[in-house]
Amino acid sequence: MTLGTWLALFVALVVAGETVRALRLRALQRERWRRFFKHRTTSWGVGILAFLVIIALAAPLLAPYSPNKQLDIVHLKNHAPSWTFILGTDVLSRDVWSRAVWGARISLGIGALGALVAVSLGTLVGALAGYFRRWVDPVLMRGVDVGLALPRIFILLMVVALWDGLPFAALVLAIGLTSWFGTSRLVRAEVLSLREREFVVAARALGADSGRVIFRHVLPNAAAPIIVSAALGVGNVLLLEASLSFLGIGVAPPDPSWGNMIADGASTIYSAPWTTLFPGLAISLVVMSLNAVADGFRDALDPREEAA
Amino acid sequence: MTALLRVRDLKTYFVTEHGKGTARAVDEVSFDLYPGETLGIVGESGCGKTVTSLSILRLIPEPPGHILPGSVIEFEGQNLLALAAPELRAVRGNQIAMIFQEPMTSLNPVFTVGDQIAEAAIIHQHLSRRAARTRAIEMLRLVGIPDPEERVDHYPHQLSGGMRQRVMIAMALVCHPKVLIADEPTTALDVTIQAQILELLDRLQSELGMAVLLITHDLGVVAGHADRVVVMYAGRVVETAATTRLFEQPTHPYTEGLLAAIPRIDAPRARLHAIPGQVPAATAWPTGCRFHPRCPYAWDKCVAQEPPLLETGAPGHTARCWLVTEPERRQAKR
Repeated sequence: MTLGTWLALFVALVVAGETVRALRLRALQRERWRRFFKHRTTSWGVGILAFLVIIALAAPLLAPYSPNKQLDIVHLKNHAPSWTFILGTDVLSRDVWSRAVWGARISLGIGALGALVAVSLGTLVGALAGYFRRWVDPVLMRGVDVGLALPRIFILLMVVALWDGLPFAALVLAIGLTSWFGTSRLVRAEVLSLREREFVVAARALGADSGRVIFRHVLPNAAAPIIVSAALGVGNVLLLEASLSFLGIGVAPPDPSWGNMIADGASTIYSAPWTTLFPGLAISLVVMSLNAVADGFRDALDPREEAA
Repeated sequence: MTALLRVRDLKTYFVTEHGKGTARAVDEVSFDLYPGETLGIVGESGCGKTVTSLSILRLIPEPPGHILPGSVIEFEGQNLLALAAPELRAVRGNQIAMIFQEPMTSLNPVFTVGDQIAEAAIIHQHLSRRAARTRAIEMLRLVGIPDPEERVDHYPHQLSGGMRQRVMIAMALVCHPKVLIADEPTTALDVTIQAQILELLDRLQSELGMAVLLITHDLGVVAGHADRVVVMYAGRVVETAATTRLFEQPTHPYTEGLLAAIPRIDAPRARLHAIPGQVPAATAWPTGCRFHPRCPYAWDKCVAQEPPLLETGAPGHTARCWLVTEPERRQAKR
């Protein structure tokens, strides 16, 4: 680690902390966001996520070495954490910290984009099924049943088998396209009750077409469960990416993702635990933070809380 | 004068689940609405008032509801029931607008009232956002909301019930419709606000020259605000008359009963009159005249045969009752 990277790390920590402080301060103005920060864990979740996102964005500043560079395969193999290599080196003598920092970019990127694909698709399918009923609902929902019944890993294995050396975009799509089933059921249930509300009839009486009614009147009222499901979805996709990469079919080596870092270190987990511990810790932290943030969103957006 | 809105033989049925049969919520209802007038539709809960009003704009949830072929709803000569979806949407909110009973639930909680008022103008007149906002402020001023520039950015939950109903009216009138259907516009409001809203409707009606279809269960509202009245019972029109005529000389025993049930401030204190029994289920209307099980005059003919709408003599006054042909039986109250 050079002085520059230490400095950058310090700045990242401070910025993350200040972000939380600023958000909390602004939250005090509005009842809804006060509820968001009601639990201390939510603040921690936001802080940790902010820190990891900053790290991912500023990876070139924070990583002292190139993530794929084998520093010295003879002398620096599985080097324990030290001031030079704060998280140690792995079996191929690559700096674990540098790989973890660049891996954040890839892992968080896949998590966010995959969840975006999944939640958008799930919301769309759920809204169509719930709003139009008739034949649309059974057709789409039986499709969802099939999707939920098939093991996701199995489908993804098939996709990967068909595609040699999966590009990043294809991996995101493959994960996103197999993760939307739960969201669609959730949104459908919400839309089923919303479509009977009087303001939906009122909107139709004003001459709004179905698209307008769905996207302007129904879905914004279903925002709370969609946002919560998106927050949890990022965590799920991240875990899925980690398992795929662990199985060797996710992010293609030598590019680092937290999943394939664990895979690389798995064989030396007893002699060099730092190679698996830190990426594992990162994954756990992200998933737990996202859960805390999702809880915060649920508290903030649940209309039943409003009355209380 | 030609009718603006002509409803003929409207039948709206609902298929009930578990094979309990078909609910004939609205059964051969006919009436005309003339330009500029207020037509009151009265009747107790479950008589088909709301289904009639929703049928006009084809807002009946399908399934389970459907409007039977043979029904006619003609607006300015075009049958709304035969229109394709886009043409129908061009009528909704533009030519015929509607306000609902519950101002609490009829406004979308997540949008400002300004956005919601502007919506119809954006849909039908393709106004820009900015122009639509100006329009919304104008409308808020028109319906008598103070500080419209500020209120336009408020959310429904920040307004009182009366204000919300004013907002609903503003939403409905943005495009200056020719017909306004007001489905129990004051039921959810307290009496003083009720009076304000009805006065507002009267004023807007004369300013904008629209026809109003006023649906209510409150004969007091009808007396003060409607030019003509259609009385509905069990999915049927049972009596039609000019308002003054109806109150002076109710002909159908049901209308009679409704009028007798109004508490009067000038009459000696006595037990209020009530119509015995309840409205029967829409899946099994009684044979013959649908009112006969509750009618104090009913005789065998009423059980056997349903009367048509009969002329009572006064212009435009019809009643669906055999008493019109045998008036002497009116003395023989059960």
